[in-house]
This record gives sequence, C-alpha cells and structure tokens, in this order.
Amino acid sequence: MMFTPDIVLTATINGLMTGAVYALIALGLTLVYGVLHIINFAHGATLTAAMFGVLVLNQALGIDPYLAILVLTPLFFALGYAVQRLVIGPASHGEDVNILLVTLGLAIIIENALLAIFRSDTRSVDTPYGFSVIEVGNLFLSTPRVIAFFGSIAVAVALWLVLARTDTGKAIRAVAKEKTGAALVGIDVRHVYAVTFGLGAACVAIAACLLMPTFYVNPRVGGAFVLVAFTIVVLGGMGSIAGALVGGLFIGVVESLSGLYLGESLGQIGIFLIFILVLLFRPTGLFGAKA
Amino acid sequence: MLSVRDLVSGYGGVPVLRGISLDVGPGEVVAVLGANGVGKTTLNATISGLVRATAGEIVFDGERIDGLAAPQIVRRGLVHVPEGRKIFPNLSVRENLELGSYTRAKPNRARNLERVFETFPRLRERAAQFAGTLSGGEQQMLAIGRGLMGEPKLLILDEPSLGLSPLLVDELFRLIAEIAKGGLAVMLVEQNVVQSLELADRAYVLENGAVTMSGAARDLAANPELEKAYLGM
Ligand SMILES: Nc1ncnc2c1ncn2[C@@H]1O[C@H](COP(=O)(O)OP(=O)(O)OP(=O)(O)O)[C@@H](O)[C@H]1O
Ligand SMILES: [Mg+2]
Repeated sequence: MMFTPDIVLTATINGLMTGAVYALIALGLTLVYGVLHIINFAHGATLTAAMFGVLVLNQALGIDPYLAILVLTPLFFALGYAVQRLVIGPASHGEDVNILLVTLGLAIIIENALLAIFRSDTRSVDTPYGFSVIEVGNLFLSTPRVIAFFGSIAVAVALWLVLARTDTGKAIRAVAKEKTGAALVGIDVRHVYAVTFGLGAACVAIAACLLMPTFYVNPRVGGAFVLVAFTIVVLGGMGSIAGALVGGLFIGVVESLSGLYLGESLGQIGIFLIFILVLLFRPTGLFGAKA
Repeated sequence: MLSVRDLVSGYGGVPVLRGISLDVGPGEVVAVLGANGVGKTTLNATISGLVRATAGEIVFDGERIDGLAAPQIVRRGLVHVPEGRKIFPNLSVRENLELGSYTRAKPNRARNLERVFETFPRLRERAAQFAGTLSGGEQQMLAIGRGLMGEPKLLILDEPSLGLSPLLVDELFRLIAEIAKGGLAVMLVEQNVVQSLELADRAYVLENGAVTMSGAARDLAANPELEKAYLGM
C-alpha cells in the first residue's frame, strides 16, 4: 500500500497529538509508580471521573472544557491527596500488595458509581470549535487536538520543572529512593506520598479537559487509555518522566501509522507488539535505569 | 540540651534498650560506646523519632520530644546522621545538601552550602554528580554535610567511620573535632574506641541494654574494665 507523503505526514502529526495526551496520562501513572512503587489501578477510573466532570460542568453550568481545567485540576489534586492520605495510606499498613488491592477496589467503586449515575451511554461535549481546523501548509489539523498537544507538553514541562527545581520536587524524588533519609532531614513522608498521588490525579484531570472537545465519555472509557499509558510507562522506564513523554509521543505515532497501514481497527496492534518487544529485549524500558 | 531518662525501646514488643539514662550538655561531645548489637543505633533512632519509645522520657532543649515524629524533631534542631548514611542516591550532591535545610535554616542555605563545601572540598568538586556514584568516604562526608545544613543544636553521628580506610578515619575525626569547635553539641556513636575517647568530653558504655559505665572520656580510656565491656566478656 502506498500513501502520498502528505497523508503519511498528517497521520504522523495526528499520532504526535494523540501521543502527547497519552503521555500526560502516563506521567501520572509513572510518577506514582516512581515514588510509591505501586501501579495505581484507579488511574483509569480517575480519568473517566474527570471526563464526566468536564461533561457535567459543561452541561449544567455551561463551562467550557478548557476553562474546566481551572476547576478540575485543583479539585482532583485535592481528591487524590485526600484519598491517599485518608484511605490508601491507612488501609495499606505499609504493604505494597495491600495498596494494589485498595486502588483496584477504588477503581471498581468509581466505575460502578459512574455507571449508576450516568448509565452506560456514550456522551460528548458540544463546543463551537469542536470541528475547527488550522491550516498549516497544505495540511489541515484539528484545532482542539493542536491545543491538546501543546497543553500536554506544557504540563509535562511544568511537572518536570517542579520536580527538578522546587524543594517539594526534590523531596518527592528523595522519598522515592530513601524514606528514612528523607524523614531525617524533616520531610513528612506521608505528606509527600499524598502530594504525589494528588499530582497524578491532577495530570489526568487536565488530560480529561484536553480530550473532551474531540472525544466521548462513558463509564469504561478510562480503561482503554490506561492500558496504552501502562505500555508507555514500561516503554519509557517505570518511574521516568522524560521516558513517559517520549514514549507517549512514540506510541501515538505508532498507533496512528499502524492504523493507516493496517486499518483503523488494528491501530492498537502496533502498540502491543512494541510492548511485547520491549518486555523481551529491554525490560527496564528505553529510559529506565539498568536493573 | 539532651536528657534521656529510663528509656525503654525496641522492635515488635521486644525491648533492646531496658532503661537508659544519659545527658548531653550544650557544646559537649559525648561518645556512646558498646559492642555490636547492644542497641546504639536503636538509641539514636529512638531519640530522633524513627522508633517509638515504650517507656521513659527524652527531653531536648527543655521540651519532651518522645512521641514526636522524626520531622518535628529535626525542626527543633536535633539532627541525626544515621548509620549507613541514607543519602539520596538519585539526587545530585548539591540537591542532597539543599534538602538538609528542608525544614531548618532555609534562608541561610547559600551561606551554609559554602561552609560545607569549605569543610569538605571533595563535595564541591562533585556537586553536580549523583550522590549514588560517590565513594563510601565521600558519601559519609555528604551525610554529615547534609546534617550540618540544618544548623543543628545537637548532631548525632552513628558510626561515621564505618567502612572507611584508616587514613580517611583520621581525616574524619579531625573534621568532627573541627565541627564540634563551632559550638554545637555532638553525640558520637562509634566502634573506634580510642579515637572517640580522644575526641569526646564524656562517654557512656552500653551493655545489655543499659549504661554500665560513664564518666570523663580521659578516665574511661584509662579504665581496664572498658575493654571487657566492649568485648562483651
Ligand atoms: N528494625 C529492626 N527490627 C528488629 N530488630 C532490630 C531492628 N534493628 C535492630 N534490631 C535488633 O536490635 C538489637 C540492637 O541493634 P542495634 O542496631 O541498635 O545495635 P548497634 O549497637 O547499633 O549495633 P552495631 O554496632 O552493629 O551497629 C539487635 O539485636 C538487632 O538485631
Ligand atoms: Mg549500629
């Protein structure tokens, strides 16, 4: 099969745009993994909840999805903080296996609550700019997806700056590797865990706001994203921020190009092929430290 | 400055310390000696809030601190440089030092960083390097430097000479002496009996979870009983 260069280029750019949002979702997952050393199974349900949050704010109060970032980011940070501090932390008694089970339980509760409230219908948000395009050369790019791309990159860079430059960021990285040492310089380890969880939830809240102008929501939608995000986390190296960003963009392009060459419904095959190849040949990920 | 009274502490209900009392005065250097496994590290961990005391009391600067969590104790100026260093391997040397002033002396961070670099020039050369790539001796200097960044009133050092070559041990004791001259109190836990007693003003010897000897460091160094206690005979 041959395609014109323009079609391949458009597919690649579309892949980068989707990939940036994947990266943002993966960032939350990899950050929590890097610091608490657990996979947060409630990450997908959190994304679904945030997407419904965008829907409700839009339909009940007429709030634009992008404006909803200002509401949902602090709200989900606070929710993530509180859930870790008040539920996951106390319920886990310091055992990682327990934390896994608690997050799994949370995911089931959130998804079923959403199912009870919203039924299993698929819904979307109408915006005046939902179908608008930007012309670049002879390419036509969806405006909300261009916004999602730059928004995601901006959040990733901001998160990286926080981790690299601020005392809170240094404390997060310190706790990730040396809890006792952290306590001995005066870092409240439980607070840092909760902040990290809050940041993970804030990442998916922003992702939800960037997605909703072009995507739909139903109570199961988060699961598909998180499966891809998990692939990215493994690909980029568990716990690596830069790895999640590059891995996310890469996976987005792979999905888009394999969709082009293999057909829309097979787009995700390329992703899982890569997942298996990485596990076979480079289990620490492209950016991960050697074991 | 620090006053420990009838302290009982241990792990999972099994006491390691069975009623320890000791004092550290302002500006004093106090050595705590004892055989392996006698509970020296447990004593430090209990004072700094990593391990909960089951009985007795710990008073620091006129305030009870047993029952406080580790970060609250650091904030009061009692800084513990632990056995095994516990530096942050994934952070640079400079970032490790910066976090030493996470809760204390933050406004003086730049000045104290300069001071630590003057005391440990090696750390300045390695400032941008990941702490995990430092040699054992350098890591020990980093752990002490990180402790100093919080401008402690009392510095607890747990086996700072562990795993260092004899030459580095001499250097380390010289540096600790220099740090102690700055006026802060030091509680030094060591295997290196001779050098510790040369450096310290007073010393305590632990046996079976209790203090069995104490006094001026010079007197203890001359006491033949010391060796017996130390070898656990
Ligand atoms: N985390 C722990 N859990 C259970 N028991 C412990 C723990 N840490 C230490 N112990 C036990 O407590 C006792 C005292 O240990 P501690 O580390 O305080 O001794 P120490 O005097 O510092 O020894 P060393 O000179 O070898 O460092 C030992 O019998 C040890 O096995
Ligand atoms: Mg010890």
